[in-house]
Amino acid sequence: MTDALLNVTGLSAVSDREGGLPVLRDVNLSLRKGEVRGLVGESGAGKSTIAKAILGILPRTVRVTGGWINFKGRDLLGMKPPELRNIMGSEISLIPQDPQTALNPGRRIGVQLADGLRLKRGLSAKAAEARALQLLADVQIRDPDRAMASFPHQLSGGMRQRVLIAAAFAVEPELVVADEPTTALDVTVQKEILRLIRHMQEVQGTGVLFVTHDLGIVAQICDSVTLLYGGKVIEDGPVRSVLENPQHAYTRALIAAGPRYDRPDAGLEPVPEEVFRALRQEIGIR
Amino acid sequence: MAEPITIAAPVAQTRPPSRVKTLLTQPKVLFGGGFILLLLVIAIFAPLIAPKDPLEQDLMLGSLPPAWIDGTEPGYYLGTDDLGRDVLSRLLYGSRIALFVAFVSASLAALIGTVLGLLAGWYGGWTDRIISRIVDIWMAFPPVLLSILLVAVFGSGVHSVIAAIVIIDWTRFCRVVRAETLAQAQLDYITAARTVGFSRMKILTREIFPNIVPVLIALVSLEMGIAVVVEAILSFVGLSVSSDTPTWGGMIAQGRQLIHHTWWLLVAPLAVLFATVLAFNQLGAGLRRALDPVMRR
Amino acid sequence: MDRNLLVATGIEVTYGKRASLFGSGKPPTPVLHGVDIHIGRGQTIGIVGESGSGKTTLGRALLRLVDVSSGNITFDGKDITHIPENEIRPLRRRMQMIFQDPMASLNPRHTIRRILTGPLLLHGIAGDTAEALNRVKTVLDRVSLPAACLDRYPHELSGGQRQRIGIARAVLMQPDFVLADEIVSGLDVSTQAQALKLLKELSTELGLAMAFISHDLSVIRAICDHVYVLRLGRVVEEGPCERVFASPSAAYTRALLDAIPLPEYDPGWLERKTEV
Repeated sequence: MTDALLNVTGLSAVSDREGGLPVLRDVNLSLRKGEVRGLVGESGAGKSTIAKAILGILPRTVRVTGGWINFKGRDLLGMKPPELRNIMGSEISLIPQDPQTALNPGRRIGVQLADGLRLKRGLSAKAAEARALQLLADVQIRDPDRAMASFPHQLSGGMRQRVLIAAAFAVEPELVVADEPTTALDVTVQKEILRLIRHMQEVQGTGVLFVTHDLGIVAQICDSVTLLYGGKVIEDGPVRSVLENPQHAYTRALIAAGPRYDRPDAGLEPVPEEVFRALRQEIGIR
Repeated sequence: MAEPITIAAPVAQTRPPSRVKTLLTQPKVLFGGGFILLLLVIAIFAPLIAPKDPLEQDLMLGSLPPAWIDGTEPGYYLGTDDLGRDVLSRLLYGSRIALFVAFVSASLAALIGTVLGLLAGWYGGWTDRIISRIVDIWMAFPPVLLSILLVAVFGSGVHSVIAAIVIIDWTRFCRVVRAETLAQAQLDYITAARTVGFSRMKILTREIFPNIVPVLIALVSLEMGIAVVVEAILSFVGLSVSSDTPTWGGMIAQGRQLIHHTWWLLVAPLAVLFATVLAFNQLGAGLRRALDPVMRR
Repeated sequence: MDRNLLVATGIEVTYGKRASLFGSGKPPTPVLHGVDIHIGRGQTIGIVGESGSGKTTLGRALLRLVDVSSGNITFDGKDITHIPENEIRPLRRRMQMIFQDPMASLNPRHTIRRILTGPLLLHGIAGDTAEALNRVKTVLDRVSLPAACLDRYPHELSGGQRQRIGIARAVLMQPDFVLADEIVSGLDVSTQAQALKLLKELSTELGLAMAFISHDLSVIRAICDHVYVLRLGRVVEEGPCERVFASPSAAYTRALLDAIPLPEYDPGWLERKTEV
């Protein structure tokens, strides 16, 4: 593939804290330029471990035991820290999960946004400020001038998440990792944020790896999806075909287990124990 | 019904290690507790362990250096002071006053502070306002001056020292326990206890208090270290027990005057004081970690 | 006999009180502005709303865990709005609560045995420890937890298991009414389905009335008969689930429904906007 942006091949990792328990098992996934891929699974599936491995922020207790993370022809895993720092925050950036803690509470929004631009794009203070203002307008913040002068606590959760999206796209990165960016938000705000991420991504042609536990979000914002369980890829493909024609029994059961406001009987059928048993056997857990 | 505990981990069949076992795996507890335990044994059995009588003077054997330096007499391992009293024996006997003051004053301060802190944090309202205001006023006094003043008023002696420490330091416990009680009261397990119908007093003693114990134990341990220092300070200025009873603070005061001549008189008690306070602090930190079921994870 | 078990009318709750000489009082903030709710015997109602809607406060007011500044609450025909704490205590057994965060709602220093048997002995539901233990074991079995749980501390169990302990604790009291506050929001989909199924079964078996608080209309749909939609401290819509979900009358309800992403291919969803 010529337009591949990110290729994760055979990625395996263990957790030293849990006595060498595998947390990733031979994970393969790829992302094309301008593609939005959902990385979905229940807690402990390994979705955020993959995201952290790509961003080079794995905790020390997790050890990669094999595989490659190829970003535009370069292996991120083999890279030295200074080289990695050059890429992070300029070619790859992150939309974090919790907008409450991701911004420095003691500094104004404008200053925080401009800092990144000066550091990663080498803009002058004045140019960075002008660009930051433009970015806040791009993410549809109504009064950008006022937002620039605000401290984080003066903005609502949704507004803060917009600021973080602005920060992530500020450097025009080629890959954005979105780590459950809407879990802390109300559902009406969530929809606006999803729309905004999709919009920014389309305008800049960015590849997005969207980590979530919600198949509904995957259905509405992603082009393709990778479903994980126990650190292993269970299902992989274009969103529509995975949702409408899932190959694995677990995927089918998981889709059926979620409650739906349009069906009174949905959400009451847990994933059957046989499915889990077969799944564990297939993966080789215990 | 089939076993549907699916992705949830099955309940482990092996019990996690007991409290005592976890305690003993904490290096801080081992080191701090070991040292304090040793000190305790020494204090109790000082008359049996001490090589000499700590009060026996022999001017012929005055100012002897420690055993590893030339010109000493056998049996005087840490040398003697200018009156010929054995330094090691005086140190060993000194631990009696130090530990007595530490245990008694820290326990009493903890008792008073905890009761008031629990009441203030749990009942709130006027109870809280009155107790908190007293604490605020209390803490405005400079502690060292206040303790000297108190002992001067009560008259010197070990009971005055203990009273001074309790009167000053109960506020430490009160503040922390109150804050901790307030924090616990916000948690849903307290609401759960209310929905079950437990009385307020029962919730305080049955639900809240056990969750404060780890913090409390750590504080008590720290306070013992502080009490040792305060006792030493008061002995240093001559306000503790009468000067013929050996105390570390008294020895430091004596050694200070002769620092250029017989340095070991200052260094030996200082080193012991330092190690004791460090041991109490380490023990406190380690205990807190080991006793907290959530932190332990 | 009145068909309604719990009736609340004109509920207003205001947080914070005026500043006093010593305490630094915050200015009073009204959270609920006159909410009416009635819960029939054996009925499950849903209370849905986004953050700041006052749904949690409403739930706690129904159980008299926060004081109302105005309005009336009757439980089984008895006015409980202002009765003192010691008169509520005997009623507590009959109105139970299941909490959002099962970790925070279980005393970390008590074993599961103590957490579950204590209330039974307090209310004399069980005469002695042996009988209490028997009852606990039966209920544990019903919520599919092994008896080995009894000697565990809460942090030694998984999130789903802790949530079942919370359910068991409420059910053990043989209540008439159970308040469930966002109890599945932290759980994975498969664990969530287990908890919802269990609750639905228990409410039928035991004839429980339930109030189910959630931010998620899909969850409400799965388990409730009747729904109240709360916004900024007011009920903006109320009705049987079939009606509200099929044809919502309030614009806000419609906006909430349209904002929920369903796991199905729907290319126009993201761009569809519903104005409130």
